Amino acid sequence: MDTTHVSVWREEAHVRKVLAMDETKTGRIVKVAGPVVVAEGMTGARMYDVVRVGNLNLIGEIVELRGDLASIQVYEETTGMGPGEPVTDTEAPLSVELGPGLIESIYDGIQRPLPLLADTEGEFMSRGSVMPGLNREKKWHFKPTIADGTKVSHGDIIGEVQENTQIVHKIMVPSGVSGNVQNIAEGDYTVDQTIALCAAEDGTESNLKLMQEWPVRNARQIRSRLTPNRVLVTGQRVIDSFFPVTKGGTACIPGPFGSGKTVVQHQLAKWVDADIVVYVGCGERGNEMTDVLMEFPKLKDPRSGEPLMKRSVLIANTSNMPVAAREASVYTGITIAEYFRDMGYIVALMADSTSRWAEAMREISTRLEEMPAEEGYPAYLAARIAAFYERAGRVQCAGNPEREAALSIIGAVSPPGGDLSDSVVQATLHVVKVFWSLEGTLAYQRHFPAISWLTSYSFYKDSLRDCFEDKDQGREMEKLTVNAMGLLEQEAELLEIVRLVGAEALSPTDRLALETARSIREDFLHQNAFHEVDTHTSMAKQYEMLKTILHFHKQALSAIEAGVETTEIFKLAVREEIARAKYIPQADITKIAKIRETIEEQMKQLRTSAVA
Amino acid sequence: MLSIKEYQTVATIAGPLMLVEMVDEAKYGHIVDIELGDGSIRHGQILQVEKDKVLLQVFEGTRGIDVKRSTVRFLAKPLELAVSPEILGRVFTGLGEPKDGGPAIIPEKRLDINSRPINPYARDYPNEFIQTGISSIDGLNPLVRGQKLPIFSGAGLPHDQITAQLARQATVLGKAEEFAVVFAAMGITFEAAQFFIDDLHQTGAIERAVMFVNLANDPAIERIATPRFALTAAEYLAFELDMHVLVILNDMTNYCEALREISAARKEVPGRRGYPGYLYTDLATVYERSGRIKGKKGSITTVPVLTMPEDDKTHPVPDLTGYITEGQIILSRPLHRKAISPPVDVLPSLSRLKDKGIGEGKTREDHADLYNQLYAAYARGKEAQELATIMGEAALSEEDKKYMTFADKFEAEYVSQDYYENRPVEATLDLGWQLLSMFDNVELKRIDIKLIEKYMPKFRKANSEQD
Ligand SMILES: Nc1ncnc2c1ncn2[C@@H]1O[C@H](COP(=O)(O)OP(=O)(O)O)[C@@H](O)[C@H]1O
Ligand SMILES: [Mg+2]
Repeated sequence: MDTTHVSVWREEAHVRKVLAMDETKTGRIVKVAGPVVVAEGMTGARMYDVVRVGNLNLIGEIVELRGDLASIQVYEETTGMGPGEPVTDTEAPLSVELGPGLIESIYDGIQRPLPLLADTEGEFMSRGSVMPGLNREKKWHFKPTIADGTKVSHGDIIGEVQENTQIVHKIMVPSGVSGNVQNIAEGDYTVDQTIALCAAEDGTESNLKLMQEWPVRNARQIRSRLTPNRVLVTGQRVIDSFFPVTKGGTACIPGPFGSGKTVVQHQLAKWVDADIVVYVGCGERGNEMTDVLMEFPKLKDPRSGEPLMKRSVLIANTSNMPVAAREASVYTGITIAEYFRDMGYIVALMADSTSRWAEAMREISTRLEEMPAEEGYPAYLAARIAAFYERAGRVQCAGNPEREAALSIIGAVSPPGGDLSDSVVQATLHVVKVFWSLEGTLAYQRHFPAISWLTSYSFYKDSLRDCFEDKDQGREMEKLTVNAMGLLEQEAELLEIVRLVGAEALSPTDRLALETARSIREDFLHQNAFHEVDTHTSMAKQYEMLKTILHFHKQALSAIEAGVETTEIFKLAVREEIARAKYIPQADITKIAKIRETIEEQMKQLRTSAVA
Repeated sequence: MLSIKEYQTVATIAGPLMLVEMVDEAKYGHIVDIELGDGSIRHGQILQVEKDKVLLQVFEGTRGIDVKRSTVRFLAKPLELAVSPEILGRVFTGLGEPKDGGPAIIPEKRLDINSRPINPYARDYPNEFIQTGISSIDGLNPLVRGQKLPIFSGAGLPHDQITAQLARQATVLGKAEEFAVVFAAMGITFEAAQFFIDDLHQTGAIERAVMFVNLANDPAIERIATPRFALTAAEYLAFELDMHVLVILNDMTNYCEALREISAARKEVPGRRGYPGYLYTDLATVYERSGRIKGKKGSITTVPVLTMPEDDKTHPVPDLTGYITEGQIILSRPLHRKAISPPVDVLPSLSRLKDKGIGEGKTREDHADLYNQLYAAYARGKEAQELATIMGEAALSEEDKKYMTFADKFEAEYVSQDYYENRPVEATLDLGWQLLSMFDNVELKRIDIKLIEKYMPKFRKANSEQD
């Protein structure tokens, strides 16, 4: 090997070459410490500007400015980078491209299309790639919905693109643009071609295109906020019936590893009755994203009959991908979600896991040598979490025509050791309205979803009754859930007694309460995500199932009064039918009402023989 | 032409770290050679560069290094492993240098041991069932090709026997394909490493094995590099030579301690129990290298072993591992005391990838329902066992007693087996039915009634004939 040896003497003064550089735009690296790089000569740069870093041209974002020094979080691995290499300011904040082509995409944390990266660079991620989020070659058929001469401003819908068989992509006037529309014409356009002109009163003209950009760290504008009051139906019984979330509402799922956070998130992404689903895999497993990628094109949305993929956008910044891009991934996701909300859609965003996002913040903060607050997290952790969930909501969208829309956020939280006193859990509970508490002990018994019925809560319970077209049924369902919850609470107390004095001490009605509570747990709350029928349950079926279980309870109570032994009641054959009701397909749910008749018949027999 | 610069400007040495000044053109993550006054060489890696100041971690430790007479050579490259098919059958140090007295590897190429993340889009979902012959794994927590499934163990528990048994027995049914074993030892005892190696010798698998060995008395900081060497070798074998690679990383707790040592020496803000805040990310860059890739024949299946300090699953090392890996096999000290071997604590153990690896055409149609039911019944039996220890067996209801009997039998007959017993998966499944045959259909809510009707009768019949 041919090598050059250069010796440096201790005494030798260090001479730094000051290269000619653009005064405001180009600086030089002075420090590299993992994902954080410090550059000098950055006077004029702004906070959160995107910069290109080093000889490899990696993408980064300015997160601290001090004199002419800029600290930069780099979205890619910095190995091989050193002082003296250039840093160029793009003078733009981190933004995403919004327009036709988003649906069915899978992006990394800074909106680089992963399939394209895999095609051009191979199976392993390389560094320094720049790739636009939206395909520049593909043409979309645009149909105007307004005529030339219409006066428009921010948020107004000017036309549509049928993005796929399921989604109509509304083309909206971007922020900061207003005036009279000219030269608008139906036709096939790429996302960056001009589809119309917009002439402002002061004479300036802007080109309207199918795509626009938006800085991810800012919430997109809306006209006004409304109270979320419609249930976002998930098909998951414990959620819909007991702890519902709303369209525009917020929920969190904390739990230790293996308790079922990801499966719940996947289940929601599959079955929620939203128009658009944005799924952010933030710092979690690669194979979980692969799972989504393989399943979503195959699974059909029960409402539209179309593959679920046709309403989904995926962001995958897995745990082994660069940590700064992980920090950005939730913002990329929420901005895309807001954009679809602005079209008037019901959008649901799942982030798995927000803890990894918080940890990414912590990692960057530590490298910036900021003063840590609790558990080493930066002092602004709670503020960032609150600001993120605030981007959810049911809203009156900006622009014409008038439209209402909603964006729900469901965040998984992964506290160390499952300990709910964790900073991220606490900061999240402060802002979200629904808490699905996953318990390790339930997961160990393979009671899934392992959502604790005793500690979880929802502030949206009152919306449940409106899920039913029939108002009476809605009110009845409300009563049934209150009833069932009462029994579950009673069970907890009774089990405490059993633990102290043994099962002998229980009265027949107590025993029945225990059995019914078990039935509620095993036959209703327990739901197998991997069973083709059980994987989701309509509201109507949920009602039938719960009604049947409680009907058995009521009937059994009167049987006990009539002197029937509880052991006889528990042996009734109909109990097996109740237990298997969850496997009855939606098309056959009248069969569940039939079970109630069977209950009555079998109880009647018991009562008669008891009397005899 | 590679330009190697040499400096004698060591300013500070503290713990495993060294600060070198007046360095020109140092790059983050690159490696150095440190020549001591006596001519011996140590190896280091750049942790941080600030202007002309370079912070290094020294893999072999800094004992005996002095400020004046040390020369630091900046090699202008990351840590690399020289690979060729010849690595099979060889033993290397924790820093990737031949340790078996054999010749140096004539490299086909040199690979950066940090590799790069697999594009999630390029992954192929692991779905091929690996039969390990161990019921508590095959029946309840099936392993699939490309999975990362750790063993959470404790001091004195038989994880070495289990990993040896895995290496000996793991096969994909009906397939004879090229396989390899990559073994990384990090801070384990000579005996533990030798036990594993001897076992490979006995089965002849040693010729298809690559070993990176850092023992308890080897330099601690070196352990930071060891699993990365192992996984680099595995990636080469799997994705370039089309082999199915089983990687065993033993013991990841020692690895994490080395990371903690560096972090403490850098005076970083400590996270839980002094481990650095980036431990999760760091572990992910190790574990996530397992998997399958679309269009590639080979695969990497990883079984990391870790000892839980004080048997505490919430300790940061098992906790963060569990958050990254695709499940965990947890060993239990109480079961070990009861002489249940392998002492797999079934309830908290989990295989997240099982669902696509089992069922009709893979193992058997009844597999999923069966394990769901076994779990539910065992969980109930365990509760009864606990109740019985508090209140005495007499206080249990008839139901509870039945479940407790089930739990006892389940542990003794299903979980427990000899380390040399290789149970076919059908035998494991049948054993499950046999144990469940003591319950009525109504109690078997988790199993499809059709499956009960198909599989159960012969076991119930056998029971009634016995009675
Ligand atoms: N609803 C469910 N139905 C069936 N199995 C489930 C369900 N939820 C979780 N599981 C099981 O639990 C395992 C762990 O769930 P996961 O969501 O990955 O946990 P977490 O994200 O909390 O670590 C899954 O691999 C699956 O086997
Ligand atoms: Mg998860």
